[in-house]
Order: sequence, then structure tokens, then C-alpha cells
Amino acid sequence: MTAVEERTGAAAPEKEIGKARRRKEDARLITGRTTWTDNMVLPGMLHLAVVRSPVAHARISNVDVSAAREAPGVVAVFTGRDLAEEQGSLPCAWPVTPDMVNPGHPSIAVDQVNHVGEAVAVIVARSKAAAQDAVELADIDYEPLPVVLDMEEAVKDGADLVHDHLESNTSYHFVFDAGEAGTGGDTEQAFSGADVVVSRRFVQQRLIPAFMEPRSVVVQPQGDNYTMWSATQIPHILRVMAAMVTGIPEHKLRVIAPDVGGGFGGKLQVNPEEILCLLIARRLGKPVKWTETRSESLMTAHHGRDQVQFVDIAADREGNILGLRVRLLADMGAYLRLITPGVPALGAFMYPGIYKFPAYRFECDGVFTNKVPTDAYRGAGRPEATFAIERIMDELAVELGMDPLELRRKNWIDAAEFPFTTVAGLAYDSGDYEAATQQALQLLGYDELREEQRRRRESGDPVQLGIGISTFTEMCGLAPSRVLGSLAFGAGGWEHASIRMLPTGKVEVVTGSTPHGQGHETAWSQLVADSLGVPFEDVEVLHGDTAISSRGLDTYGSRSLVVGGSAVVRAADKVIAKARKIAAHLLEASEDDLEFADGKFSVRGTPGTGLGIQEIALAIFAAHDYPEGIEPSIDADATFDPENFSFPHGTHLCAMEVDTETGFVKIRKYASVDDVGTIVNPLIVEGQVHGGLAQGIAQALYEEAIYDADGNLTTGTFVDYLVPSAADLPHFDTGNTVHAAPGNPIGAKGVGEAGCIASTPAVVNAALDAVRHLGVTDIRMPLTPERVWRAIHQGGDGGDRAAARSNAQAVDSSDAPSTSGGAL
Amino acid sequence: MTPITVRVDGASYTDDVEPRTLLVHYLREQLGKVGTVVGCDTSNCGACTVHLDGEAVKSCTVLAVQADGSEVTTIEGVAGGAGLHPVQKAFHEMHGLQCGYCTPGMIMASIDLLKDNPDPSDDEVREGIEGNLCRCTGYQNIVRAVRHAAAEMRGGANGVPSGSVSPAVVDTAAAPHVAVQS
Amino acid sequence: MIPAPFAYARPTTVEEALQAIADCGEDVKVLAGGQSLIPVMRLRLAAPETVVDLGKVAGLRGVRDDGDAIVIGAMTTHSDVLADPLVAEHAPLIAEATGTVADRQVRHRGTFGGALVHADPAGDLPAVALALDAEFVVAGQSGRRTVPAGEFFVDYLTTAVGEGELLVEVRVPKYTGWSMRYEKFNRVAQAWSIVAVAAAVRREDGRIAEARVGLTNMGPTPLRARQVEEALAGAEATAEAVAAAAERAAEGTDPTSDLNAQADYRQHLAKVLTRRAVSTAAGL
Repeated sequence: MTAVEERTGAAAPEKEIGKARRRKEDARLITGRTTWTDNMVLPGMLHLAVVRSPVAHARISNVDVSAAREAPGVVAVFTGRDLAEEQGSLPCAWPVTPDMVNPGHPSIAVDQVNHVGEAVAVIVARSKAAAQDAVELADIDYEPLPVVLDMEEAVKDGADLVHDHLESNTSYHFVFDAGEAGTGGDTEQAFSGADVVVSRRFVQQRLIPAFMEPRSVVVQPQGDNYTMWSATQIPHILRVMAAMVTGIPEHKLRVIAPDVGGGFGGKLQVNPEEILCLLIARRLGKPVKWTETRSESLMTAHHGRDQVQFVDIAADREGNILGLRVRLLADMGAYLRLITPGVPALGAFMYPGIYKFPAYRFECDGVFTNKVPTDAYRGAGRPEATFAIERIMDELAVELGMDPLELRRKNWIDAAEFPFTTVAGLAYDSGDYEAATQQALQLLGYDELREEQRRRRESGDPVQLGIGISTFTEMCGLAPSRVLGSLAFGAGGWEHASIRMLPTGKVEVVTGSTPHGQGHETAWSQLVADSLGVPFEDVEVLHGDTAISSRGLDTYGSRSLVVGGSAVVRAADKVIAKARKIAAHLLEASEDDLEFADGKFSVRGTPGTGLGIQEIALAIFAAHDYPEGIEPSIDADATFDPENFSFPHGTHLCAMEVDTETGFVKIRKYASVDDVGTIVNPLIVEGQVHGGLAQGIAQALYEEAIYDADGNLTTGTFVDYLVPSAADLPHFDTGNTVHAAPGNPIGAKGVGEAGCIASTPAVVNAALDAVRHLGVTDIRMPLTPERVWRAIHQGGDGGDRAAARSNAQAVDSSDAPSTSGGAL
Repeated sequence: MTPITVRVDGASYTDDVEPRTLLVHYLREQLGKVGTVVGCDTSNCGACTVHLDGEAVKSCTVLAVQADGSEVTTIEGVAGGAGLHPVQKAFHEMHGLQCGYCTPGMIMASIDLLKDNPDPSDDEVREGIEGNLCRCTGYQNIVRAVRHAAAEMRGGANGVPSGSVSPAVVDTAAAPHVAVQS
Repeated sequence: MIPAPFAYARPTTVEEALQAIADCGEDVKVLAGGQSLIPVMRLRLAAPETVVDLGKVAGLRGVRDDGDAIVIGAMTTHSDVLADPLVAEHAPLIAEATGTVADRQVRHRGTFGGALVHADPAGDLPAVALALDAEFVVAGQSGRRTVPAGEFFVDYLTTAVGEGELLVEVRVPKYTGWSMRYEKFNRVAQAWSIVAVAAAVRREDGRIAEARVGLTNMGPTPLRARQVEEALAGAEATAEAVAAAAERAAEGTDPTSDLNAQADYRQHLAKVLTRRAVSTAAGL
């Protein structure tokens, strides 16, 4: 029996790492043969619909679900009171300060609702339609409480409280002071001695991750075991947390993330509905499914950003930066979810950016409001930091009368200075900011565009041109477990992988990093094909099921390749080490005389001899002949815990046309050069950059979650929450420099968030550069035409948008007409 | 309940449906055509796009009763039997998808566009798929995929490279992937 | 989401449709293309007891030549309008505006008549129909009547089509020797108009002989910018004259304030877009 074909030809196989492999995942995704959670149908399955609060802040004075219980097809209705004893509190894994106040987070409200959309009852019915119909029959009385929406108001003395059993709306006050930490000088001193101090207030608007696949959960009880399918980024973390919340023992709970349609941090959560599905499946002993609608998703899935940033920068006249001071108000929303408080704290270390600040102080207040909680959204803390530093550097350049690029160059870390420990105490690993910048300038055609800008200014063209710069770095590869421990995070940052060598020589790779669009199946196959010297096609990557992949910390923070991929490479090293002993035995040679190349062990200096690792897999499966004292297996697993973060960097340039008559902005050209370390698959890297750019540009130009004065989400559908289409985004000219990360065996730095982190300030800086000569110094995001027009013609930052009415007049219920005739 | 007869991906079905049943729910829940998905409730995202009598429509904004007597093609039947439609192939070849949730709708919308405009420019592709939202790709590789498929479907006359060429090579404006090696 | 349950009628003639509407009492909605109605029903902002589907009604779809006018059937889809040679020849403004409606998929289902009867102030076709002095043929059980565009749009989402009536077709005069432009302003491609301007201009000997200007989303109904039209009539076809006339575009308007724009900004946009629309139409 020879299961492994002989490979012929003397040429070494082409290296897989670096190859633009087409993705294995695509085969099912382009044909519709997918396994989205909502596709799941189980015998006897019941459907859940959630009755949600229409008010932002109220006491629940009466809940009458009797009519809903009697509705056709309804099997059961659960209120908050029904589940109060068993629902526990949704977890917050990141108490950023020892005295952080966490009010607790019920999955379903019992006595009080604290944001619009909070669950107040759950309908269980035989069909989705029946469940939905019965929602309207639930009769709940609310006694309104004052609504707290504005953070700057909420932190004042005597402000109305979101949680009246707490003393204030402040959850925590987090401080990082470089002087106190011993990583920098005294900030106050730095400012007092400075020639120039520039201070700005920037608003990071509230955003919605808006993954394309709405959340969906299926729970199947089997005796006292439970299987949960969920559209989640984090099946492993979800399993641990759900077990702790519900009391279902961890070993009785299996969580599966099947095909998952995007996350961007939005599915890095333990959702109320996941817990409710478990509780109700346990109560009823029947499988249940909950799938949200898009409006439900926009209203109740966690949001991102929502910070007010007060930034001060100090410098001397020559443009040498002396100090940076950041004070944040960060909107937690009504509750603390999984890493709600940690998002701004994670950003704390990135405000100094790529610059050599001698002094730095960061303070942040986490503030409760009557809105849906915020939590991770692509970049999580780092986009906010990058925006602040790249915007304030431009403002400082204006103040000093310097070219913004010259100011950056004067202060950034030079290539020869790596590794460089920053004022925030991070050890930046590798890079060359000048090289990336030079390449980006060429890609953009910087000089010609500057010339055109000059011409347009001189001629007073109604369409002005601006160029925006963002030279950024970020911390990726989350994360060294000890560092997370020092930051009080509730878990480690390692990742796990195992490799199973099947008898036919095929390879199963099990990863703890759960993909939802990133292409792990392809990239991990490339890693293993190179390490083990097996064909790319012979590798299968398994993931996302806690029964198959028992250890893992999932996918977020651009960690998958850096940490999860490194675990795969380490596991492959162990497979080779184990196989070496077998090979030595079978080849009757000393281990030391064996060399392993292209999937084959051979005796050094004896051409023609050799044994393929895939053949060894068969031999050890048979186990007829192997050395004494070892197990008959070459399978291996590895847990990789990085010692440092990795630090991708890059230069992003945006050329922007601003129609000064209407305020309409249009990206003329966008060029970016990113250094993400070693590139395993250039296709995937490019795709990640494109997608990140789209989201970062969308923050700058289009997206904003807006609440009206009563706390209703005005941007509650895709009519109003403007996710850009292909027609709204430009072509991207992207490039890379490569400086391998020294901290992991692949040399990768992480690419998932780079585009999103870097692009937003480049876009806003570009718009400002176009109209600064007209007296504009800031424009609030998103840069709606109205805001741009107001900033140009009325001063200020463009001001608030009218929040009371949606754009979607036709779907505004208050005006819904009662026309009985005509064709609609 | 209203009786309807619909031909879907080449097979004929006769069913009783509630008038309020959306075409997409009929396809998914009664016919098991789960390749077509729902992404929103306001007809914005286009994830549910299928062909109804040869034209791309958003199946979440069509009642199943409105499809009575019609022919529906979904992502599952678009290749017409074995193999892949050139647009499916091009999405794979040009990396026009990541999580893949928008992909069925995106492919169905692109096929519809190419029927009317067999040789669209970048801008025409972008406008042609304005009714389909993607959150992963930033659309650039989707645009490349549609143009690549267009060339294939025209017979490759304009010499768009096929096979294992990187999308960036197709797109002359794109930078080399690796410029500086330390 | 799933619409609330409703009874469903699928007539095959206009008479059957009128009868079905009459039979169903007050809480009835007429389904044309459904591209606005179905989303509203899914969000349960509308929950009619009965839906009367015009999809199988014969004779409501298509464009025909009727001497000095073209006649567009109410159930003609947007994509049919876009592809129609009569529309392209005699009322290109309709085609241009239709091309900006939503996206391809929606244009395959959405109908000309449906969009007009829906009368969303942010919809693109009402202002165009108003600018072109279209006539609306409305059928009731007692017969047909013709309503001029100036009387058709009554209020927010409300038209002259009464209870128990149906819009069956729209007559658009042939505009020979005119040139036209629809200038739409929105934030993203598929969005409704923040403001848009429909302009039709007839030039004669270096002058603007006549101009018609319709405004989208500058009040609860589409509006004619009469002051602009008067200022343009007989004016020299110069950028300056057009700009001066366009300055009057916001007179008498009453736009709403919403997420996209507050009223004063909309009034500003109306002037800029009117200038651009008229200039383009006038070939300046």
C-alpha cells in the first residue's frame, strides 16, 4: 500500500510563503454551499424573537405578555423576571483599573431598561414569523427616567445618572503617565517650557461594525450537554464565558462558529442573545434559533469608537516635539461588555505614534450613557490614537509654518534606531518610515498634485484640492500574556495549533484562531506546506469548533497570523522533530546525519536515500516498526505566546477634491504603503488593506451612529447608516515595504487593521488641506457635505447634524400616510 | 395561503405560501436554497440578489407570490450544472471575496450588469454594483473580478491575463507588493 | 423582518383591480413594484389588511407614442423606461433621473407610476414630472380623469389619486428642441436625493426662450422654481444670467431638516444645483 505518490523532478518546490495562492475557502462561498448559522435547521427547532425596549431609560412598571403567550404558534414567552435568577451578568473581561465600576449587565432587563433595544421579553414560537407577530402583543409599561446621552454633560456634578445605584456616570479613570512609569520625562514640565502648545478637541463619532452577516445563534440541548452554533469571532472565549455566566459546566458546552460573515470586532462579544438562547434551550429542552434583523443588529449589537479627545502637543520653534497630553472621554454606553473599558486603554499606548516624544501623559474617563454599549471595532483604540496624533501633527505644522511631512520626518524614529522603546514603554520592533513614505509619495504622484493644488488655489477654483498625510504605526499580534496580565486583562494572548498527520500523508491543521473572512484555511496551508514540505492541497485547516479545536483565543487584533500562524509553524517544527526519530530508525541512520528538506529526510551526503514525511505518517500509523521508547505518533501541538507585540507601520496619502460650493468631498487618489512584515499571501494582504481602507475612509466620510434627543437610534437602517458602496469609494494604490517582525518565527506583523487605522486621519487631513486657506481648521467626522460647507462658510467644525429625522422619509413611521389608493 | 408555481435553478416547484412570504424566505426555508442570504431589511445591501425572469432583483423585496409563474436563478444554479460561471471563477481568481456573505448577491448582480454592458469600465462596474454592499473587500478586487470575467466572457479579446496572475498585475496602477526588503 | 399578515388580491385587469380595492375597505395598499412598500411592510411601519398586486394587470406596462405626447404606463419599470427610445427622444430628463433611482435591482422592479404615486419628496421622478408638465390619468370605478402635474402632488406622500382610484398612465408632452439636465445631490450612490434639480431649457438665438425647473426634496411636495423660470425666460444664455436666475431657486421652498441636511443648507444647495442644471441644459 503506497498512499503517497512519488514526487518526480529534481527542482525544489516553489516556496508557498509569498505566493498569491487563490483561497481554498472560495469554493463554497462562490457557489452558495455555505454553512451560515441561520442556515441551520434542526428537528423540533423553535424560533426566538426578542421584545425590545422602545425607550432609552425607564423603570419597567408592568410586563403583560399574556396575549403574546396565547398567540398562534407561540410556545413560550420569557420575561426578565422569569430569567432573573439564572441569567447572571454578561462578562466584562477587562477591569482597566482596580476601582472600575461595573454595574453588571443582564441579558434581559428585569426592573429597568438603560438603552433603546434592550431585551425585555423573549417570544418562543414554532416559526420565525409567528415569533415576530407575537412581539407586537407584548404589553410593557415604562416609567421614563431622564436620558443621559452626552458624555460631557454626564460627567458634570449633579448630572442625571444612568445607573442610579452608582455615585456617578464615570466607570473608571485610567491614567498612563510616562514620567511616573519611568518611560519619559515630566509632562507638565515639558509643556511649561515649550515655545508652542497646540490644543484640539477631536470627536471620534460612534460607529457600527456592520458585519454583513447578521448575528445568529442556534442552541441544541442533548441531555445535559449543549451545542451552540453562533456567528461569532470567538467560539473559545464564548464557551468559557457562557459556561461561567449560565453555570453550564464548560465541558458540557460545545461552541461552533461555522461560516461567519465578517466581524470587525463586532462579533468579539458574549451577546445577550447567546445567553438567552442557552437559558431557553435549557428550560425547554428543545433546539432554538435566534437570527437578528439588520435593524436589530444596528440597534443592539455593540457599537464602536465614540470618544471625545482633548489633545495637547508641545514643541519648540524649530519643530522638535516636547510633550503630548491626551485626555479622553470614552462612551461605554449603558453597560460594560466584554472589553468595553479596555478599548480606549489599549489605545493609550499608541498616541505617541511613530514619534520620539520625551514626555507623555494619558488620562481617560469611561462614561456611562443610555446607549448601546461600545466595544471592539476594527482597530479598537488604535484608530482613535492614530487619528489624534496624525491630526495634531498637522495642526502643529500649521502653527509652526512647517511642511507637515518635514515636521513628521524631524520627529519620527529613524530606521537605524530600531528596536526603539517609546515614551509609552512599547518596544517597536522594526521598520523604515522614510522608505515607506518615499514609496507612497511616488505612488500618489505627490509633486504633480501639489502643483495642481497650487494652480487651483491661485485661480480660485470652486473645487479645491488637498493632500493628507498619515504616517502611522500600530500594535498588533495580541498579545504577550504577561503584558495582558499587567493590564488586568482577564485572559492570556497565546494561540494554539495542532497538526495531525493522517495515514495517507494528508495533513490536518487545527487552529485556535477562528476565521471569518481572513483566509486562514489558505494561509495556514501555505505555512504548513513550506514547513513540512507537503503539497498545499494536502493540508486541511480545521477551526471554529471547540470539540475539534479545544484550545484557542480566536481572532481579533490582527493576531491570527502573528500568533496563531506562529503556533502552526511551531507545531510543524515538532512534527518534524518527532518524524526525525522515526526516519532515523527506518533509514538506519543517526538523527544527526539526517537533513530535512522539501518534505523529505535524507542521509547527509547520500543522495537518493530518503523518506518523505508523508510516508512516515503511514509508517507510524501502521506502527509496525518504530524506535523503542517513543509513542507511535508524529502529531504535535504547540502554544505560542509572543514576547512582544508587533508593530506594522506605513504611510498613507490621500488627495481630496472639495467642492467649496456644496461641501461635497471626493477622493481623487489614495496611495498607501504598509509594512506588515513578512507577507505569506500577497493577495490576502492586499485584500485586507483594501477592506481596512474602506472602513477607515467610511469613518472619515460616511458613517455615524446618531441618537436623537430621546435616545432613539436615528441611523437604524442602512438607509441612514451609510456603509459605502463600490461607487462611493476610490481605487486604492497600495504597496508594501517588508521588515520582518523579529518576535515571531514567520516575521509577520499583522495586517487586519492597518488600513482602517491609518486612513481616517489621511482623509480628514486632506480635506482640511484643501480648504485651510479659507479659514477652516477642523471638520467633524463624518465629513458630510453639510458640515464641510458650514465649516467653509460659517466657521467652526461643521456642527451637529439634525438628529431628529431620518433620511428615509418613506420609512419614517411618524409620517406614514394612510393613502388607500394609488400604486406604491 | 396562495398556491404558486416557480421554476428555480431548473427545477419546478408548486407550493402554498402565505402572501407575506418574501421570495428569499421561500427560497431558503421552503426550498432549502440557503446559498442566497438576507443582509438587511431595507433593500440596501443586495446580499439576497437573484435573477427573476433573467433580471437581477433583491429577493427580500419581492413577495414569493409575485414570483408565481416565473423563473428564478440563484447562486446555486447560476453555473447551469457542473463547473463555475465565469463570474464565479473570476471572483476566486481576483480575490473578490473575503467572508463571502455578500458574494452570492454580488455575483448575481455582476452577471446582470455584464448582460447589459459586456465591457464595463471600472466606474461602470462600480455604479453597476452600487446596490450591493460588501464590508470586507473595499470593492477593488470585486471590480477587477467583474472586468476579468467580462474579458473572459467576451472571449478574452482584450487580453486580460488569466490563470495565476496576481490581480495587481491586471491593474497597472497597483504597486509592486514587495518593494523594499530589509 | 417579515411583513405582518395580509390578504392578497391579484387582479388581471384595471377593472378587477378597482373592484378589488373597492371590496377591501379602507386598509388596502396597492402593490406596484413594491420597492418602497415591501421594505416599509417588513419594518412593520405599514401593515395593510389587503394588498392588491398590479403585477398581472394587462396594459399598464410600456411606453407608447400618442401624437404630441408620449404615454408611460404606470407599471412600466424603471429599467424599461431607461431602455425606451421614445423616452430617450422626447423626454430624456425622465431617463436621466430614472438612471439615478436606487440601483439596478430596484430599477428592475420599481415602477414609474409607483414612484410618482408614492410621492416621496426625496424621490426623483415627481419633480421631473412636474417640470415637464406631465398629465396623470387616474382610473376610478366611475371612469377616468386626467390630473395636471401641478395638481397631482398634494402633500407629503399624498397625491390627487383618491380612495378607490388607480394611476394608470402618465402623458408627457414631447419636448422637441429642448435640452435637459437632472442634477442630483446625495451622499452615497444609492441614497435618496438630498436635493435635486430637474431643468429643461429651450434656446433660441443665443437666448433662453423657455425654461422649466423642478425641485426635488425642497418641501413636502416637488416644487416648480417659477421665479427662476420667469427670470430665465428671454434671458441671454450666459453663465451670469443663469447664475442670477438660479439665485431665486429657494424662494417659496420649505425644505425639511434631517440627518443629511438642515433647511438652510438645502436652500443653498437648490441655488447651486439649479445653476448647474440649467447651465448644463443650456449647453453653457
